[in-house]
Amino acid sequence: MMKTGAEILWECLEREGVKHVFGYPGGAILPAYDALRHSKIHHILVRHEQGATHMADGYARASGRVGVAVATSGPGATNMVTGIATAMMDSSPLVCITGQVGSKVIGSDAFQETDITGVTLPITKHNYLVTHASELARTLREAFYVARSGRPGPVLVDITKDAQQSSCEFDWEAAKPQLPGYRPDLSPTPQDYSQALKLIQEAKRPVILAGHGILLSGAMAEVRELADRTGIPVTLTLLGLGAFPASHPLNLGMMGMHGEAWVNHTIQDADLLIALGMRFDDRVTGNLKTYAPKARKIQVEIDPTEINKNVKVDVALIGDLREVLRELLPRLQATDCSEWRSYIDGLKGDAAVRDIQNLPDSGHLYAAHVINDLWKETRGGDTVVVTDVGQHQMWEAQYFKHELPHSLITSGGLGTMGFALPAAIGVKVARPEAEVWVVVGDGGFQMTMAELATLVQEKLKIHIAIINNGYLGMVRQWQEFFYDRNYQSTPLLSPNFSKLADAYGIRSAVVTERAQVVPAVQSARRHEGPMLIDFQVEQEDSVYPMVAAGAALHEMIRRPNPLVETAEDE
Amino acid sequence: MLKTFVVHVENKPGVLTRVASLFRRRAFNIDSLTVGRTEKPEVSRMTITVEADQDQARRIEASLYKLVNVLLVEDITEEPAITRDLAMIKVAAQHDQRSHVLQLVNIFRARVVDVAPESLIIEITGGEDKIDGLLEVLRPFGLLEMVRTGIVAMRRGNKSSTATPATEELDEVTAETNNDEGQSV
Repeated sequence: MMKTGAEILWECLEREGVKHVFGYPGGAILPAYDALRHSKIHHILVRHEQGATHMADGYARASGRVGVAVATSGPGATNMVTGIATAMMDSSPLVCITGQVGSKVIGSDAFQETDITGVTLPITKHNYLVTHASELARTLREAFYVARSGRPGPVLVDITKDAQQSSCEFDWEAAKPQLPGYRPDLSPTPQDYSQALKLIQEAKRPVILAGHGILLSGAMAEVRELADRTGIPVTLTLLGLGAFPASHPLNLGMMGMHGEAWVNHTIQDADLLIALGMRFDDRVTGNLKTYAPKARKIQVEIDPTEINKNVKVDVALIGDLREVLRELLPRLQATDCSEWRSYIDGLKGDAAVRDIQNLPDSGHLYAAHVINDLWKETRGGDTVVVTDVGQHQMWEAQYFKHELPHSLITSGGLGTMGFALPAAIGVKVARPEAEVWVVVGDGGFQMTMAELATLVQEKLKIHIAIINNGYLGMVRQWQEFFYDRNYQSTPLLSPNFSKLADAYGIRSAVVTERAQVVPAVQSARRHEGPMLIDFQVEQEDSVYPMVAAGAALHEMIRRPNPLVETAEDE
Repeated sequence: MLKTFVVHVENKPGVLTRVASLFRRRAFNIDSLTVGRTEKPEVSRMTITVEADQDQARRIEASLYKLVNVLLVEDITEEPAITRDLAMIKVAAQHDQRSHVLQLVNIFRARVVDVAPESLIIEITGGEDKIDGLLEVLRPFGLLEMVRTGIVAMRRGNKSSTATPATEELDEVTAETNNDEGQSV
């Protein structure tokens, strides 16, 4: 059957199971938009193409399906770059469709021409330039396959205007992917398994490092069985939060730069690290020279390039985490970690004193209180928190206890400010039944707040908790600790967020005291539409503990004793 | 040490950029890179030499495999192999020095491919050491211009490195579409 390239595009997307796309029209993608009226796909009009990519990313992370973003050539395409890089760093499956100028004028610096396949080469898993309608079906099938298989990632398909306009015979069955060099399905050797088993059986002080790969491969049950069967305690990376229930007795909490002190000490004292779907990012290791010096290391990882990249491991099990664990579990014998666990329990004592939760209500509103109260109010439900990047992100990770997989969506690897609001829109579109909360700083919110209009236009009930401290807080914290309190360019003027919400027809509230937090959260939950709450928190609070960049993981800057701090205030 | 990789890639536009970009992005310095056609029209073959230790070499191999268009990667540094570089050297050769230059050309089994009143172009093929050797002895006459192709390499013996696409597996995997309801939550 003869179809235009534009018609083939939407038909292929439908056949790949796509129900929603996030996009913004423009000259070079107009033929595709014209053909959209014949499609069942729901197009969500964004306010900036960066928003489209973050929405598609949030959609993918919340649902496990491939997220799709659409933009025109030139500025439309380059605006996607930050969102694509974010998805690349966090292994999120995305297909980005961009229009391109006509194939006859490529290379002539035509109006709105950018070499977007060149620009995105290092930040996509793969990308394509399509100049003929006849290449489109196979290319799109390959793009979806590459995006979601193996270690997922973003794929960009750049389609010239003439390829969208011209017609060709469309045959889905014949347009099979041809990827002779692509090998997403690797498996460990039997020797790898026996070596790993031997290390686990020999270990006296083992610890599991649980990462994002657990969520990506759907290995939550297997990881839980591994912990339950062996009694090995579990620590999580930021992107791993939710992969193992916070309330599980073996869950120690988050590791790394702002991880729990006892977690970092546990890793430093361990004799075996079992890394599951995590890549030893510098934010979780601290100084590599002093990282877990007594531990042997097993790494289960789907991407062979991650092996021995930062941390040298003794055994690498390269493959899909869920399949590897299913192979490993029946051969595991119970180990006795009780002595090791009581040692770890002993490490917790000191930290409890320094927990800001123990601070008596002195009228001050701390971000940690806001987040902890939000957690208490929403616990037990299907709540997804989407955070931005900075102090509030770390407090969320520390004080919101994630029980369920995919209940925290955040930009980890790239640390993209402005991620939260658009990503939350994608999350809500993917999972309309979930209660979605944006937790965002006053800085990051202002980067992408234009998407409030998208939220309203799509009638989405998403609540926005702005943790407003009047600073670019995390940068201010670094200036406080490492730059002699020179608060250069970090004090931040914000608009009246309530009036802003009002302009969009969004209900709002301002909270300045701890006692107001719970009523505000309750009122948002009762409200039938979205609500924005401006939490005006303590301005110069810092995230503790903190492993300074380049310091050893156990050398943490600790919160001053809160009781002393309170006395000083009064 | 200097590592030699033979890399078979799909013969498609932009693949050279992807490979070169990979080395740049991961901060590996390419010493030499050659690319050309093979016995199969759909496959191009690259010979890449790069300064790397054993661990880095393993990561380079894994990173190359991560590129969708890469079919086969072989680190042949430790394998018995023939490596060849080709150079064209334009050397100053006045009338009185010409016979001396020609003697050297014979000793090195090189060839004179162009003769001009005051210069010669010499073509030489061989391992990098041999070419370096000829350059050294020609230098006193005056090297006017020099170009080298960079090395190409092939393993000795019957074992041939041929990229064999594994397409039959692929159909099965791609049959799954995006239709499932995603992961359980």
